[in-house]
Amino acid sequence: MTTPAPVEDPSFSLAGTREPPRRVLMKGNEAIAEAAIQAGCDAYFGYPITPQAELLEWMARRMPEEGRAFVQAESELGAINMALGAGAAGARVLVSSSGPGVSLMAEAMSYMAGSEVPMVLINVMRGGPGLGSIGPSQSDYFQAVKGHGHGDYRVPVLAPSSIGEAMELVATAFELAEHYRTPVIILADGIMGQAMEPVEQHYRTPARQTAAWALTGADGREPRVVRSLHLAPEELEEHNAHLQEKFHAIAEHEVRWAGERLDDADLVIVAYGTAARVARTAIARARAAGLRVGLFRPISLWPFPSAELASVADRARGLLVVELSAGQMVEDVRLAVGGGIPVAFEGRTGGMVPSPDEVVEALRELDATGGPLRRRRVRRRPPIPVSGTGHLHPHEPMAEPETGHDALSIFGDDAWMPHWYTVPVPTRPTRNGHGRGQGRNGSAERRPDDEGGSR
Amino acid sequence: MTATVPAAPRVIYQRPARLTDVSTRYCPGCGHGIIHRLVAEVLEDLGVDGRTIAVAPVGCSVFAYEYLAYDWCEAPHGRAPAVATGIRRVRPDAFVLTYQGDGDLAAIGTGEIVHAAARGELITAIFVNNGIYGMTGGQMAPTTLVGQRTTSSPTGRDVRAAGYPVPMTEMLAVLPGVAFAARGSIADPSAIGRTKSYIRKACEAQIRGEGFAIVEVLSNCPVGWGMTAQESIRYLQDVVVQTYPLGVLVDRRSGAQAGSSGAQAGAARPGTPSGATRQAEPHPAGQEA
Ligand SMILES: Cc1ncc(C[n+]2csc(CCOP(=O)(O)OP(=O)(O)O)c2C)c(N)n1
Ligand code: SF4
Ligand SMILES: [Mg+2]
Repeated sequence: MTTPAPVEDPSFSLAGTREPPRRVLMKGNEAIAEAAIQAGCDAYFGYPITPQAELLEWMARRMPEEGRAFVQAESELGAINMALGAGAAGARVLVSSSGPGVSLMAEAMSYMAGSEVPMVLINVMRGGPGLGSIGPSQSDYFQAVKGHGHGDYRVPVLAPSSIGEAMELVATAFELAEHYRTPVIILADGIMGQAMEPVEQHYRTPARQTAAWALTGADGREPRVVRSLHLAPEELEEHNAHLQEKFHAIAEHEVRWAGERLDDADLVIVAYGTAARVARTAIARARAAGLRVGLFRPISLWPFPSAELASVADRARGLLVVELSAGQMVEDVRLAVGGGIPVAFEGRTGGMVPSPDEVVEALRELDATGGPLRRRRVRRRPPIPVSGTGHLHPHEPMAEPETGHDALSIFGDDAWMPHWYTVPVPTRPTRNGHGRGQGRNGSAERRPDDEGGSR
Repeated sequence: MTATVPAAPRVIYQRPARLTDVSTRYCPGCGHGIIHRLVAEVLEDLGVDGRTIAVAPVGCSVFAYEYLAYDWCEAPHGRAPAVATGIRRVRPDAFVLTYQGDGDLAAIGTGEIVHAAARGELITAIFVNNGIYGMTGGQMAPTTLVGQRTTSSPTGRDVRAAGYPVPMTEMLAVLPGVAFAARGSIADPSAIGRTKSYIRKACEAQIRGEGFAIVEVLSNCPVGWGMTAQESIRYLQDVVVQTYPLGVLVDRRSGAQAGSSGAQAGAARPGTPSGATRQAEPHPAGQEA
């Protein structure tokens, strides 16, 4: 694959460009922001917070350039409620923040879930609790996956592990938000937001869907009301049943994950986002030392790829969860695999990142204590997973392990290889019940069983 | 002597088209119904009914969308001005109205109203001040009068513990983004007439792109105040207006004349070129698909 020369001038303007992808060095926050603009984002609302501020700054410059709405709100409460209003009026809306700000957004998240207002929220996670630190972290997993506001609801949560993947998932998130009429969270972290990576300017603009519910002014039609209030218990129960039906559909059709080197893996690391980057380096080193290790990387944290992880676990002796947190995803991993296989954890908190060698050490311990190989008992082999962005293809050779470069190794050993191809879009029923499924840029539908994995 | 020709029958009073023909959930004697009617009359007169997007509060008027047939968005408690900002920014052609109570606007939603006003959002805000949290059973609000008894100030509002009533509209009136701010009342027919003229001016300010506009309407809550409807009206006339004087508080609309009640008519906008107005700019976002 040819690699175009990196663009030297960092102040390039992307207004209106639809040229073939160029490979440029971009900061995560800025690349994500531009991807949102190219995905057709009509309105952005935010409030400054580290490590997300560049996203807001990029939008402050670019959204007016494109003639779209940008407001620096008075608080995250203001920002998320502006998003509620703009979303209710049918606009494609983006909001971004980090933990302390996302906590303030919890109230409106619940309202938006209840009143079915589409919106995409990016949380560039930092260390908590409280004001915590501004270092990278994954300590908002519970908040995103199990939490935020009150009431019976869930929202899809997508976790990119590279800037390129984040750019693609922004478009996916808008699609999910509008198709299911729901808020969607993209869970990134301080490293992804702050780091610069070579990214291909490959953008996708999801098609607009008819919003027969959006507020436009009741001129010659019945008035519309966007609301979550259903005072009569019977009415609210019925509304909740409708929401639950939708959540079941999302759980069934929107599971996304990626795997690497699972073909012969005895031990499997389960990690998402930046932790998966560390894990990939650790896997290369562990394999060089004779351990057969693979990576299972959830991309949708809700819906969690439970069945897929269970079938991978069926062939392994032990799982190691690696996170930049005290182990918030461990619960979901244990729920997925049951008690039949040891589940170990390696993680750092507070803005610290586990080093690949720490992970290798944890793999060694797991290897020593892990159960017997269970592969023999399994008749059916799980499908070879396909990643959402393609750069984690299982057969792509990985760089040879390097030692002594832990500080750099997060982005060192596994230098990101852009490798675009048609991303399988999960088949999901449309609102009128017909199956839908199309690849990138409207290319032909890829059947879910084509390559397994992402469904 | 010439014979008098009987005048052709003409309608002098009827239900505004967008005021729905249903019985409300409001208590007997409650002022919300009168204020709904004024809003419906003004929007109909101005011909903006069909492009109105209104934002409902959390409070007794949470069901305003059942009584006024516009497109409505529900807002979390106090957040209506932020929700309206979002609508405003993606629907430049809409007429955007917020309707909030005093707990909603002057307590939990203080930040949102101040900054929507400071940005000069092209929004018309109707602020119904009944000095109490009606919906939750009559607790003290920031607007409750000194000494007034409520369920959470059972011996009367004590300034040492609960401070003083918040003159929210006066506070907003000093912001240059505010084109028009006034306080009316529903205590008697002439006050209702003046309130209607304030609402009209506040709507015109938006239509002409002149900035944020707010009308505070002093209203009653016979149930929360522990009074009969008649007693509550008398209390409004005699007592409440002592703390909250009626009249135009600021009028920065172009061509505004010095008015009554000490209003800052045609007032300069500190930090802005004098007489500067904002125009709603067309915006590509959010066309109906
Ligand atoms: C976050 C939140 N806190 C509290 C409440 C409960 N609550 C509902 S209405 C209300 C007060 C409404 O008072 P006001 O705005 O004055 O309206 P009124 O009922 O007097 O017209 C409160 C506190 C709520 N719904 N949401
Ligand atoms: S409680 Fe007060 S404000 Fe609410 S409906 Fe009754 S009278 Fe009106
Ligand atoms: Mg009140």
